[in-house]
Amino acid sequence: MLSLDKLRVRFRMLFARRREVQRLDSELNFHLEELTAENIASGMSPTEARQKALRAFGNPILVREQAGATWSWNRLELLAHNIRIGIRTLARTPGFAIVSILIIALSIGTNAALFTVVRSVLLKPLPFREPTRLIRLYEHSTDDKFPRNDVAGGIFAEWKKQSHGFSELAILQYGLGYNLSASGGQLPEKISAAMCSWNLFPTFGVHPALGRSFSATDDQPSANATAILTWGLWKRRFGGNPTILNKAIRLDAKVYTVIGIMPPWFTYPNQSVQLWTPIYHEINAEEMQALDSHDFVVVGRLRPGLTETEATTGISLITSRIHNQHLDDPYVSKAANSQPLLDDMIGEIKRPLYVLLAAACCLLAIACLNVASLLVARGAARRRELAIRRALGGNRWRQLGEHLTESFLLSVAGGGIGLLIAQLVLRWFTNTRQGMARIESIQMDGIVVSFTVVLIVLSALLAGVISSFSVRSDQILSALQESSRSQSAGQGRVRLRRWLLSLEVGLTVVLLVGAGLLLKSYERLRSVDMGCVTRNVLTMQFSLPEEKYSQPVQRANFFSVLIERVRSLPGVRAAGVVRKLPGQGYAGDTSFFIAEHPPLPAGQMQYAMVRWADPGYFAAMGIPTLRGHTFDNRQWLGGASQVIISQSFAHQYFGDESPIGKHLLTRVLPAINPALFQGRHYGEIVGVVGDTRFQVSRDPQGVMYFPVYAGTFGSAALAVQSDQEVNRLSLPIQRIVQQLDPDLAIADILTMDQIIGQSAMDSSFNATLLFVFAVFSLVLSAVGLFGVLSYLVAQRTTEIGIRIALGAQRDEVLRLTLLDGLRPALIGLAIGLFGGIAAAQFIRSMLYGINPFDPAVFVCVAGILLLVATAACVAPAWQASRLDPMTALRAE
Amino acid sequence: MGKPSDLVQGTLDVLILKTLSLEPKHGWAIAKRIQQISGEVLQVQQGSLYPALHRLEQQGWLRAKWAETETGREAKFYSLTATGRKQLDQETANWRRLSAAIDLVIEHT
Repeated sequence: MLSLDKLRVRFRMLFARRREVQRLDSELNFHLEELTAENIASGMSPTEARQKALRAFGNPILVREQAGATWSWNRLELLAHNIRIGIRTLARTPGFAIVSILIIALSIGTNAALFTVVRSVLLKPLPFREPTRLIRLYEHSTDDKFPRNDVAGGIFAEWKKQSHGFSELAILQYGLGYNLSASGGQLPEKISAAMCSWNLFPTFGVHPALGRSFSATDDQPSANATAILTWGLWKRRFGGNPTILNKAIRLDAKVYTVIGIMPPWFTYPNQSVQLWTPIYHEINAEEMQALDSHDFVVVGRLRPGLTETEATTGISLITSRIHNQHLDDPYVSKAANSQPLLDDMIGEIKRPLYVLLAAACCLLAIACLNVASLLVARGAARRRELAIRRALGGNRWRQLGEHLTESFLLSVAGGGIGLLIAQLVLRWFTNTRQGMARIESIQMDGIVVSFTVVLIVLSALLAGVISSFSVRSDQILSALQESSRSQSAGQGRVRLRRWLLSLEVGLTVVLLVGAGLLLKSYERLRSVDMGCVTRNVLTMQFSLPEEKYSQPVQRANFFSVLIERVRSLPGVRAAGVVRKLPGQGYAGDTSFFIAEHPPLPAGQMQYAMVRWADPGYFAAMGIPTLRGHTFDNRQWLGGASQVIISQSFAHQYFGDESPIGKHLLTRVLPAINPALFQGRHYGEIVGVVGDTRFQVSRDPQGVMYFPVYAGTFGSAALAVQSDQEVNRLSLPIQRIVQQLDPDLAIADILTMDQIIGQSAMDSSFNATLLFVFAVFSLVLSAVGLFGVLSYLVAQRTTEIGIRIALGAQRDEVLRLTLLDGLRPALIGLAIGLFGGIAAAQFIRSMLYGINPFDPAVFVCVAGILLLVATAACVAPAWQASRLDPMTALRAE
Repeated sequence: MGKPSDLVQGTLDVLILKTLSLEPKHGWAIAKRIQQISGEVLQVQQGSLYPALHRLEQQGWLRAKWAETETGREAKFYSLTATGRKQLDQETANWRRLSAAIDLVIEHT
């Protein structure tokens, strides 16, 4: 127990320490004077008396230190002392200090930033109630090709009716947006939205910040139209005015009542969704009951006490039962799968983020090794000083303490700056990666700061302990002797530095290999043939509101007038309309039969992607017509009866046979023209066009093109090709649209290159970041090599001088020194290439179009490394070979 | 017999506490007193006296006060605190037990 007396002493020792030091001095002086007085009294002369007293007293400084050592807070004082010494030592070599601090700051900064991202995006639970019990459910397609397929409305209805594993099951669809009509002086706007069952928010356990959630009565076809807004849309579009509640807004020209505003942090299923509507009100009952139209996302909350596997098994059984009742329809899935909602949201970015974090860790390790190497070099320069201190009785642990304090000072300063750097990096990251899942949750928190503190301590220990291995003070004598001649100084120290360098080079090579693979893969991705013209093509998206364009003829008219007017604009070479452009994603498929082929065996599926295009689209996008011709001008509304197929489609289903004149039965054409179906008159294939890619990194698949003038859809993309700077056409085209319909919003005005760029965005981002890391570590390694060899040459000046004086060839000296410096680089290269093979395996899934063991990349990396290493070693080696023996020998 | 000054480890504390049990003293006086009472057998080295005094003070067994000596000089006077007195009793008892035990061993072998 701490007694009062003790507390009082503690307090005094902490706050009046300086006075205590003075008092100790006068206490000891008093003793000395008493001793002297006693000696005088016994008859000595004053000088003699004082000398005898001093002899009897011993070393007053030592006594003072020993008495001081018993004081409380002594450790603190020692620490303060060490820090003072450390700062003074570092200030003496400011270049070294600044370089080390910057190196550490950059690497700790990137680590802290990437850790923040990994933690916020991958590790932090979703901000919903009991988020681990939220499960995303999928159908498992009959042909096993899509184990995680979207769910059909009818299947969902059965799950909801029969399943016992989930306390809530919610369904939603997103991707299509609404046209938010002009109001209050604001322009019309196309906004992204999700349609969800009324229980989606209760499933998440989230309540609107204002107003109310959907109720079951809102979520049926006969209900009044309702909508819930995101906080962002409410603030931006409606000025954050709460009176918007229960007021009407117009979506796709229909009236909706705003019933709620979600809290600012809430976003689902993605960042771009700005509004929610009840799904059973929005989508017709027939589609919501279909068993084979896989259009929906299903999220469930596990019933308490059940595991995901148990609940999913139940769902899967229900699905297979339905499948068995509909064996004639192979599109009714045979099973169901699931995964936690969080995994579903972050699935694609998980590995790239971990790869980047691992790369950042490598960078930090390289930085620490480099700082350690610098400390070793400095330790070597100070070896004599340390040995003298030890010889005079300096405490060895105290020296180690000072040494560690020094590396701690570097790390703490570096880490502090690093946290600031991390802030900047994060701001940049969130700005460049706005589309990434959960990007809104990225935030530094206590855990991140603790992580950074741990990194600081670790790097201080790594750098400090490694370098203090070389400050072995049990060899004082040899140190003192060694320093008297400098021929073979500190071989052990040099060996240690060489090992550090090898490791550093090894890690650098791993980073270089990773960066090289990703860069090459990105380059492959960018040079992929999309199957269409991408230069000088401008695109924009429209969505004709259902209310205003309810008749197919209205839509067909709109598109034909638009295309006609755009084509007549000066500078426009060609223009076309298509429902989805190349690079804009899969966007749905449909099943088909070929009339001229024998019927499919029961249970076999046959489906292909669907696109709607105008006759001029293929020419406008530079997609070659390989056989036949494009749609003729009878393909208008109910007259639509022609189909154009892509090359892959032709190859897959017709082989060598000519597809022209053959007929496809799909659900698409009969829906437009029932007569076609009843008369068993199928869509006729009139042309075969070249393949295009729906996603940059995916191989082309078979596509069926139907005439857009059938008027089935109101949403489409306009593509315009020009021979001049195509962005200049953006305004005139917008003006044409405004003339046609002043209420119509245009979205995503992008060039084809931009669309492809977005599609390859992740790949470019990862490759660039890893490349920056790799270059940084290459520079660090080169500096390290240069430092070690320069040091070696300086140490061996006399030796080399003697050699040259004795007739050694300068070329020979150059060769030897160079080899000496390159040896650690070669060892490191070997280590790194092995490491690189492992790393390549790890990033395999991030690569496109190249082998993870791409020999070109590995050879290139080895070449670059050797080149840089040689460049770093040449200067010191050259210096050694040009030594003037006389100067060298005199320098001693 | 060798140098007369080497004290058994830990006994200096009890000697200091005992010396201070009657009245406050400064370091010089404590050293002198121990020397006198032990008949010049125990020589307290300054190198161990002052660290010991400071350690005991830090532990709250001694309290220090600056006061004038009889010759009119300022000196640091140490006195026992209540816990110090308890400590003295305990250490005295320990010492008695230890020395009695050593006596027994020496006399019976």
